[in-house]
Amino acid sequence: MKRYLPLIIIVGVLSVALGAGVTLWRSSKRANSNTQPFTQSTPSPPAASPAASASATPNQIPVSQPGQLGIARVHERGGTDAKVTLEEYGDYQCPPCGMLFHDLKTIEKEYGSQLRFIFRHFPLQGHKHAVTAAHAAEAAGLQGRFWEMHDMIYQNQLSWSPADDARPVFIQYARNLNLDVDRFTRDMDSADVAQRVTADYERGVSLSVPGTPTIFINGRQVNPNAYTPDGLRTAIDFMLGNKK
Amino acid sequence: MPSNKPDTFQAEVETSPARRSATRQSIYLYIAAALLSLVGLADSIYLTVEHLAGRSVQCTITSGCEEVLTSTYATISGLPLAGVGAAAYFIVFSLAILAAFGNRRTGDFLFYVVALMLAVSLYLFALQAFVLHAFCQFCLLSGAVTLLLSLVVAVERFYFKRK
Repeated sequence: MKRYLPLIIIVGVLSVALGAGVTLWRSSKRANSNTQPFTQSTPSPPAASPAASASATPNQIPVSQPGQLGIARVHERGGTDAKVTLEEYGDYQCPPCGMLFHDLKTIEKEYGSQLRFIFRHFPLQGHKHAVTAAHAAEAAGLQGRFWEMHDMIYQNQLSWSPADDARPVFIQYARNLNLDVDRFTRDMDSADVAQRVTADYERGVSLSVPGTPTIFINGRQVNPNAYTPDGLRTAIDFMLGNKK
Repeated sequence: MPSNKPDTFQAEVETSPARRSATRQSIYLYIAAALLSLVGLADSIYLTVEHLAGRSVQCTITSGCEEVLTSTYATISGLPLAGVGAAAYFIVFSLAILAAFGNRRTGDFLFYVVALMLAVSLYLFALQAFVLHAFCQFCLLSGAVTLLLSLVVAVERFYFKRK
């Protein structure tokens, strides 16, 4: 018996390890077992929030114009009168947001004017350049180039994210976009830009945004499992079908 | 004619107290190595399952779990690196158990496997520190386990074996 004891121990540990792995896998899957593209409940923003109160329904959200910063106004692209509005809460330094960016670009291209895309800032504390990046995007937005800066920041996430100081990188992006760099630098530090980013964040908090990225389609929170091109197509088609 | 053979045989069987103590210490060290490898195994299984389930692992002590675990270094040809780690820890556990039960060859093999794991852990630590500029607490735990494993195995090999 003693001769086989080490083998019995090894096989026992292997069984326990595999069992634990399978149990963990199942519990992980159970947590996201909802196969629907949307989560079960989507909280409504409380009317007390100034940012939230300005957007009773997604399609009535006031839109930011070039050079305009209004707190409740949003950055949107795609079909302005689209039946489906996809609203993303993102952090420029969050790696999954960086990956989702490319999927969203594909989706935006596919649906064209059928889809209205809104981006909201939700910079997380753990990402040291996230707020600076959001300020850079807003500062570029004041010169009418929000989306260009937004795309540039996400496309180059891997290059600026590890930097000790990302600010010079964003200033270089502003230069590449032919922005007024002095104004851009001033705007990045302005209280208005900071307030604009904070307003987005607070709106996200009021919607119980759990982290980044978080996507709402026509105000309904999308199941994180559906943050893939196919999952998003299903969710958008579901909404388009509902509206038909 | 009396022969010396039985005495010689007896001398080989009845090892000195120091030798017996060294053997017992080796067994304890191999058991310690086996227990340490279980910690690494649990850590690696958790990371592997979370990776395969597509869930983002949140750090509670450090802040770079997302950066590290979603980086290109977290997979090898699509295979999660944590899964490779889990396999390595299981191999270490098996070798340590076999060595604790007196299989000398596995003890030697264990030394080389742990040395390789230490080299890989140092490389991964350097990646976190100098390339990604982010630390994942679960990866640091795995590195610490491998470091302790190396110490245990090195003590067994270079200290007790020579006594």
